[in-house]
Amino acid sequence: MISVTNAPPKTPAKPVFSLSQQRLKQSGRVVLSIDRLEILPGEKVALLGHSGVGKSTLLDVLYAQCPKDVAWCPQQLGLIEPLSVYHNVYAGRLSRYPLWYNLANLLRPWPGRQHEVTELLTPLRLTEKLTSKIHQLSGGQRQRTALARALYQQRPTFLGDEPTTGVDPVQSLTLLAHVLNAHTTAVVALHDAELALACCTRIIGLKAGSILFDKPSQQVSSTDLERLYQC
Amino acid sequence: MLAHLDSHRFALALLILGLIAIIGGDWTTLNTDYAAEMQRLLQGMLWPDLFATEFLLNALGTTITIAVLGIALGAALGAAMVPLYRFALVRVGCTAVRAVHEIFWALLFLQVFGLSTVTALLALALPYAATFARVFSDILSQAPRSVARALPLDTPRLLALLYAKVLPVWPQLVSYTRYRFECALRASAVLGFVGLPTLGFHLETAFRQGYYAQGGALLWLFFALIGTQKWWLRGWSWPLLALLGLVWLPWQVHFEPAWAKRFLLDEIWPQLQYTDHSLWLWLEQIWAQAGPGIWGTLMVAFMALLLSALLCSISWPIATRRLFPRSVWLGRAALLVGRSMPELLLAFILLMIFGPSMLPAALALAIHNGSLIAHLLAQRADDLPLRRDTGTDPSSWAYEYVPRLAPGMRDLLTYRFEIMVRETAMLGMLGVASLGFYVDSAFELFQFDVAFALIVITALINILIAGLCTRLFSQRD
Repeated sequence: MISVTNAPPKTPAKPVFSLSQQRLKQSGRVVLSIDRLEILPGEKVALLGHSGVGKSTLLDVLYAQCPKDVAWCPQQLGLIEPLSVYHNVYAGRLSRYPLWYNLANLLRPWPGRQHEVTELLTPLRLTEKLTSKIHQLSGGQRQRTALARALYQQRPTFLGDEPTTGVDPVQSLTLLAHVLNAHTTAVVALHDAELALACCTRIIGLKAGSILFDKPSQQVSSTDLERLYQC
Repeated sequence: MLAHLDSHRFALALLILGLIAIIGGDWTTLNTDYAAEMQRLLQGMLWPDLFATEFLLNALGTTITIAVLGIALGAALGAAMVPLYRFALVRVGCTAVRAVHEIFWALLFLQVFGLSTVTALLALALPYAATFARVFSDILSQAPRSVARALPLDTPRLLALLYAKVLPVWPQLVSYTRYRFECALRASAVLGFVGLPTLGFHLETAFRQGYYAQGGALLWLFFALIGTQKWWLRGWSWPLLALLGLVWLPWQVHFEPAWAKRFLLDEIWPQLQYTDHSLWLWLEQIWAQAGPGIWGTLMVAFMALLLSALLCSISWPIATRRLFPRSVWLGRAALLVGRSMPELLLAFILLMIFGPSMLPAALALAIHNGSLIAHLLAQRADDLPLRRDTGTDPSSWAYEYVPRLAPGMRDLLTYRFEIMVRETAMLGMLGVASLGFYVDSAFELFQFDVAFALIVITALINILIAGLCTRLFSQRD
């Protein structure tokens, strides 16, 4: 049901992201120092760790490395409240169409685009909310809209910060698997270790300003997780 | 019925009002040679005659000192009225005084005190005092009660008032007074248009006589005055400037008590001897002028509202740092020029270019208000919390920024509409067919009763529009 490629790529591919000797700062304070980190095409990476450990900061740094290839799904969902679900999803592709096309779409959605977005929303179970304004949605529905916006961009890489917050646990699994499948490479910050193990190929545990462990999912033991979440 | 206008319906309402204005107003321009006029004006701006020193300095000094003294007097009167502001009668009185434009007050005082410093001061101080009374009492009522409770019980009342009420909100009081000074500076310059010797007078004279280089110099002087005031208007310079004004301004007044009495008690009230002693005929005569005056005022104001909306919705990006990090100073400077130009001055210049019609008036109001609103929207746009993949291209303006800025823009336009109506009425002074035109004509014909009646009607219209706008506000979610 959920296809997860566990084997690392055979040929040494050029990494999508690479960091070396980086000190990540948040409002002037160093929150995370990373000696070396490479993420290869095809990897589905989960970032685990307490909140405030620097997961979002790390995602920010990764985003800055190749913004053109990234479908971005921030934690503050960044949805446009006064617009409909359709327009929010469409906004993911603004740069792909000319200005007049985008403006006309604000007045009257293009049927072709609307059809695409409707199809996209079907697995997310949001189809009937197509024309609803964001402020009429529940937290989970907003989250799924944000994911739809990221999916609609059809970029090779997905960066998500807690992309399934507010969605119930059963749905989270299918939803995350769906999103990860739609992208070649993905890095997601998660708070649910079980979800991470089920969907991702590689787990990076962050603790106390550095990387505690960085392993393929199957090699992550319960001791690793205990140490990660121990205070 | 007016409850909860969302942005779409607001835009639709703007379009409908604009359409009414297009059909109901006079938008034909008489001047056929815009280009030549524009060229002369630009020449005057590019090669200003900065050596007309004595008269430039004179105009500058008069404008500044009248503004400072007017504000000082207004603030003092306003503060004195604060304790009385809880009485309904005082509140209504203040609303009425505020509803009459400074220029109309100047025209009234002109009849009593002649072309004098007193006329200019009263024309500024009276409506400002009414405004100060309201705003000061609003600010004072926000003073935290805890300070008053903490004072010893036997504190003298005046001291208690100072410590518990005034000092906690002192910064707000000062910053509002400062903001008002900016308005007073513009108003002081504009008072020249009724003949008082401030910048506006010299500007009008220079341009009417075709001395474009002198006019250009005066315009630059005016921009410099507005643009630099934060450097020369400091805590210490207030009293200094006020003192300078007291010494330097001419104080002689042609005041004849007998005439003043006749003017106030007789001349401004209905003169029925010319209408067969029939109040009905007199009212008909008033209505024959008020009707078209009100219509003209509304048409110009509607058009100004639509044009302001268009102008601010296309010009806010140029002053937003996020969108134009390198050229933002240029956009901000352009909006600064637009919003610091008084409507009357702008309208006067546009009238020279386009000739008399409603177009220059509506354009002038749109440039002033549109730049002001665009400036505020740009500030908000820079503060919006946006996701980091938000683009900086026009498509992103339309999707990411405009929907978030729209409610604020709607509120600012509603608020400014009240001011647009007030200013439109006054712009009639220049020959635009709004209420002010009929007021001015009545003064020229010495029909003081008609002039006064029309001023009262103008005030009532202002109060009505203000009430309507407030209602629109309070009914929004």
